[in-house]
Amino acid sequence: MAFQMILNFVLAFVWMFLSSNYTATGFIIGFLMGIILLIIMRRFFKSRLYIYRLWALLKLTLLFFKELILANVQVLKVVLKPKLDMQPAFFAYPTVLTEDWEITLLSSLITLTPGTVVVHVSDDAKTLYVHAIDISDVDEAVASIRDSFEKAILEVSKS
Amino acid sequence: MTILANSLVIFFISIGVIFIVVTAIGLVRLPDLYTRAHAASKSATLGVMCVLIGVFFHFWLIEDHFNPRILLGILFLFITGPVGGHIMTRSSYIAGVKPWKGTVRDELGPEIDRMKKEQGVK
Repeated sequence: MAFQMILNFVLAFVWMFLSSNYTATGFIIGFLMGIILLIIMRRFFKSRLYIYRLWALLKLTLLFFKELILANVQVLKVVLKPKLDMQPAFFAYPTVLTEDWEITLLSSLITLTPGTVVVHVSDDAKTLYVHAIDISDVDEAVASIRDSFEKAILEVSKS
Repeated sequence: MTILANSLVIFFISIGVIFIVVTAIGLVRLPDLYTRAHAASKSATLGVMCVLIGVFFHFWLIEDHFNPRILLGILFLFITGPVGGHIMTRSSYIAGVKPWKGTVRDELGPEIDRMKKEQGVK
């Protein structure tokens, strides 16, 4: 991904030198032409086009903001309820992610989303221990994490 | 236009203040450390973030001064907020803080016991 981005920047600068137009407009035109060139030449790269990955990253960010707002509304409901009848629980969440940065990202996302805080990551980094504020059903919580965040992170890191 | 900008600023700052108040109420009302960590790590992050966005819009749209430091501040809050909540809950669990009696399920206890045994901590 980094290689393709650097290549795109270099192509943009080459365009600027060719047209001796050293302005932001010249750079943007060169960058767009560079993207077209990269798309044409995509079968020579080992990994995916980096545009897909940027798009996945954007989707992850949007998902994250949505979940953050939902999380806060849920905390607001729990806190302002007249009767404290939530059922907290610690549950284990087995993860399929392997890289350290992916697990860190997943724990941050889980912590900032509805009703869950990551308490402990096991030594082999295969299980996250999560504290849920209201555990009506663990399976649903696990499934929702797996379907939303883990999938989005895998989408970003897939080469 | 000024009215629109002002209402945007007022909207963000009031949402932020509401969430900060909820954090404070949560810290008083909730029964144990782990549930309080929920209120502290989530609502405080979003509350402070909303206040900062409101301040950013105020200086940008009304005072005509674009201040990227506020945006960086929001980014740093995002990175550090959840890590703080995680570290506090983890260290208290290892130090032996008991969860609330209403806690229905505890899969973490055995894991921490095993870890302590391995490392020879009593």
